[in-house]
Amino acid sequence: MNIKEKIYDVAVIGAGCCGASIVRKLSAYDLSVVLLEKCVDIGFGVSKANSGIIHAGFHHPVTSLKARLEIRGNLMFDQLHYELNFPFKRIGIIVAAFSIEEMKTVEHLYAQGIANGVPRLEVCSRERILSLEPQLNPDVVGGLFAPTGGIVEPYRYVFALVESAEKNGVEVKKNFTVWRGVRKEDYWMIESKEGEFVKAKYVVNSAGLYADEVSKAFNAEEFKIIPRKGEEFLLQRNARGLPSHVIFPVPGKHTKGVLVIPTVEGTLMVGPTAEEIEDKEDLSTTYQNLEKVFVQATYMVPKISRREIITSFAGLRPTLPSNDFYIEPSKKQPNFIQVAGIQSPGLTASPAIGEYVKDILKNCGLKLIEKTDYDPYLPKPVKVRELSFEELERLIESDPRYGNIVCRCETVSEAEIIEAIRKGHTTLDGIKFYTRAGMGLCQGAFCSYRILKIIAREVGIPIEKITKRGGDSWIIYKRLQDIDLNQ
Amino acid sequence: MKEKIYDVAIIGAGAAGMASALEIASTGARVVVIDREPHLGGILLQCIHNGFGLHLFKEELTGPEYAERFISEIKRKDIDILLNSTATRMAVFQTIKQINVCSSEHGVFKVNAKAIVLAMGCRERNRGNLGIPGTRPAGIFTAGLAQRLLNIDGYLPGKRVVIVGSGDIGLIMARRLTWTGAEVLGVVEILPYPSGLTRNIVQCLYDYDIPLYLSHVITKIEGRDRVEAVEVTPLENGIPNQSKSFRIECDTLLFSVGLVPENELTQSAGIKINPETGGPIVDARLMTSAEGVFACGNVLHVHDLVDWVSQEAQLCGKEVVAFLEGKTRDETQGRVSVGANLKYVIPNKYRLKTKNRFSMRALVVQDKATLMIKQGERVVKRLPLRHVKPAEMFHVEIKSEDLDEVYENGEPLPLQFSLE
Ligand SMILES: Cc1cc2nc3c(=O)[nH]c(=O)nc-3n(C[C@H](O)[C@H](O)[C@H](O)COP(=O)(O)OP(=O)(O)OC[C@H]3O[C@@H](n4cnc5c(N)ncnc54)[C@H](O)[C@@H]3O)c2cc1C
Ligand SMILES: Cc1cc2nc3c(=O)[nH]c(=O)nc-3n(C[C@H](O)[C@H](O)[C@H](O)COP(=O)(O)OP(=O)(O)OC[C@H]3O[C@@H](n4cnc5c(N)ncnc54)[C@H](O)[C@@H]3O)c2cc1C
Repeated sequence: MNIKEKIYDVAVIGAGCCGASIVRKLSAYDLSVVLLEKCVDIGFGVSKANSGIIHAGFHHPVTSLKARLEIRGNLMFDQLHYELNFPFKRIGIIVAAFSIEEMKTVEHLYAQGIANGVPRLEVCSRERILSLEPQLNPDVVGGLFAPTGGIVEPYRYVFALVESAEKNGVEVKKNFTVWRGVRKEDYWMIESKEGEFVKAKYVVNSAGLYADEVSKAFNAEEFKIIPRKGEEFLLQRNARGLPSHVIFPVPGKHTKGVLVIPTVEGTLMVGPTAEEIEDKEDLSTTYQNLEKVFVQATYMVPKISRREIITSFAGLRPTLPSNDFYIEPSKKQPNFIQVAGIQSPGLTASPAIGEYVKDILKNCGLKLIEKTDYDPYLPKPVKVRELSFEELERLIESDPRYGNIVCRCETVSEAEIIEAIRKGHTTLDGIKFYTRAGMGLCQGAFCSYRILKIIAREVGIPIEKITKRGGDSWIIYKRLQDIDLNQ
Repeated sequence: MKEKIYDVAIIGAGAAGMASALEIASTGARVVVIDREPHLGGILLQCIHNGFGLHLFKEELTGPEYAERFISEIKRKDIDILLNSTATRMAVFQTIKQINVCSSEHGVFKVNAKAIVLAMGCRERNRGNLGIPGTRPAGIFTAGLAQRLLNIDGYLPGKRVVIVGSGDIGLIMARRLTWTGAEVLGVVEILPYPSGLTRNIVQCLYDYDIPLYLSHVITKIEGRDRVEAVEVTPLENGIPNQSKSFRIECDTLLFSVGLVPENELTQSAGIKINPETGGPIVDARLMTSAEGVFACGNVLHVHDLVDWVSQEAQLCGKEVVAFLEGKTRDETQGRVSVGANLKYVIPNKYRLKTKNRFSMRALVVQDKATLMIKQGERVVKRLPLRHVKPAEMFHVEIKSEDLDEVYENGEPLPLQFSLE
């Protein structure tokens, strides 16, 4: 069969944590599946810019779809972590209350959590909460402790899901911006802006912020995704005040508030803000929000210091007016599944979303036959930084490139960079998210030219063609030898 | 497990590492110099402009020429050199200090030494540290990275450039970029005075009509994929006046906003850091809080001129030798205390019996200042200074004759420095 003629069973649009979970789930069955992504790399949407928290499931009433999927998703992380080896830790979540009124809300959260089936939830006295988390402001009056809350490196999580899916036969097309879907006899003809075509019997729309536009492009339901921006600030490793749990304030009406988050890699993050905006590409941060975030964060954990900021970023939560996830088959178009409005806790819920969408597809008539050769496991990626002296000694003997430390702040070797490139991450950001090179204190001042050279050599392109994250994000203008000074 | 044994291990082969190595090796001690770069010379090799060595050699050299004077000598001496080799960990035991070193060529191994000299230099502060608002497009570089790309690798990072901060590297880069045909649209400095050397302001900006915006800040970075513009806002009474903001369209931003001594390795060994300098706290021997571990050059405190780095490193080398010979073991030292208008004074201790040399920086810009040095109430030295500013380091020597042998609670009286 000609490639062009191939009709996939399922095409999933959008390689965020939702799309990635869906294709990985489907990869366990005898199906042909393709994942379509508009960016140069996977996980470059909302899924790379969030708080990385695996929520425990006490924030929302169980009547909402998002709460049900959140709780189920949380439970699935141990197994996933075991299979895929992405950075994940169940460090527990603490909600810190600073007044009697706030303690009332804590009791409500407790009751809600118990009703939702959150295990091992505790209401804590001042003494208990301070002994759990000595970094808290001693003015705390008590709070909630949810030991099942966790943290994850979100981009590594998405990479691992997609890698596992690919290992089990899923195809991934990057730089594929879906802009039209035409219904043919019994399949969808999907067109990309870049001029490619893909045919598929079923289509899943998990396009994050652009799920509304994709829906329209398929003549399905009309709705509007409203971006809700969140700014986050990242502090260095071993930062002052680094707590050992994720610290939440008592939530307000609409948001969970500003959090203090120890990351899996040992850095500290504070944020996010929550602000509805218009522009889906507006990832700017502001000074006012930095101020705001630090005032709120240092109220809970006084030792945190702004002097230790290494970088900041923003992410946009794709929200719908209902404030709930919208995951169901289109009522207007056949074999078109909507996965939209996946705001927080979308990351937590994503494994459950994968399962849920699989069931929807089944109900829509997709035949699911389990593969006999499905392999759910990925090896743990080698990280020089985590190895013992003896392990490293042996490794360098087998491949000397492990001895060449390219990123000094995060101790990443040349071999790890090459591995990232081999896995398809050929931009500076892609390599950064895959290996952490450039994520440390110096923010790439030391390693980026080294990485540029390695990309150029391994991919066989001139340095001027390498980008930070695709599109027009070039890094080097010209080689000196190509410049005409008389011009 | 592979191990190598030396008298002294030096981490970093820049100006500091090389000068201390030469000093120590001249006594016949077994010395190894470790550097993660493929060459000796450190940051000097990318500084192809003139202006090095005026004090030490009484002539104007480029960075590589200055480095070469030391490199050729090092090669003549019996000094082991490990290049492309990164020190990843350091541990201090009773008499032995141990460094883990990692390289492609030699694998991973331990270097054991009786003494260590920290000479790791510094790294540049960046946009993230400043928390500058806006987007995060490509085209944002530290000035030193741009310098490296241009001078060593031959790559021009962009064609329309704005420089943030008036540190020396940024100033030098303004001129360098202009030479290659790029347009430098301005240098934006938050302070009311430039933070680089006066000669660099004149020779790198004024001579090329590059505007210097003093008391201005970048209030926004624009651009989705690549930098498209910056918003520049004047400070009035220290507060940005947004009504007077203006935009500069550009595709590249260079940050020259200061250097930070590179002490992650130092901290991993539990050595105490001076929050004012970012370098280790050192006694009169330039010895850190770990017995037998010394520090000099930019890793100790950021220097303005390489000549001072070499000088400090030579002193440090002498101290290492004296330490190996056991000569300085039971010396009495007094505290150095930092008073009005001074940012820091290095070293953090002084001796009664020998000459002391101190390096320091002012916190303020001031004409006709006086450096006062006191022991208790007694003035030890009063040094008139024509002009001081934070960008320029200054030095003072105190002879042992000038010091009183007065003790308080068994310690010599603290030596108090202040600027009046
Ligand atoms: C600041 C912030 C903090 C958060 N913190 C948490 C948290 O701690 N815990 C938690 O559980 N959740 C959190 N969330 C929510 C979570 O990040 C999101 O719910 C989740 O990442 C959504 O994933 P997604 O796959 O739906 O979207 P995305 O990751 O955006 O994936 C959609 C993909 O579709 C692609 N795409 C779009 N249009 C097209 C097209 N036309 N053709 C092809 N591809 C297309 C995009 O490029 C993108 O890669 C947070 C969100 C934000 C913004
Ligand atoms: C861009 C720039 C321009 C300058 N311009 C002038 C000027 O015009 N005139 C002037 O007099 N001075 C100038 N200076 C100042 C002067 O050059 C420096 O102060 C001096 O060279 C610093 O020497 P150093 O040995 O302390 O540090 P460096 O030269 O930075 O050397 C440190 C070395 O340590 C190595 N290293 C660090 N960590 C490790 C590790 N873990 N393992 C192995 N190796 C490691 C590094 O690779 C590096 O080679 C300039 C400095 C810079 C940065």
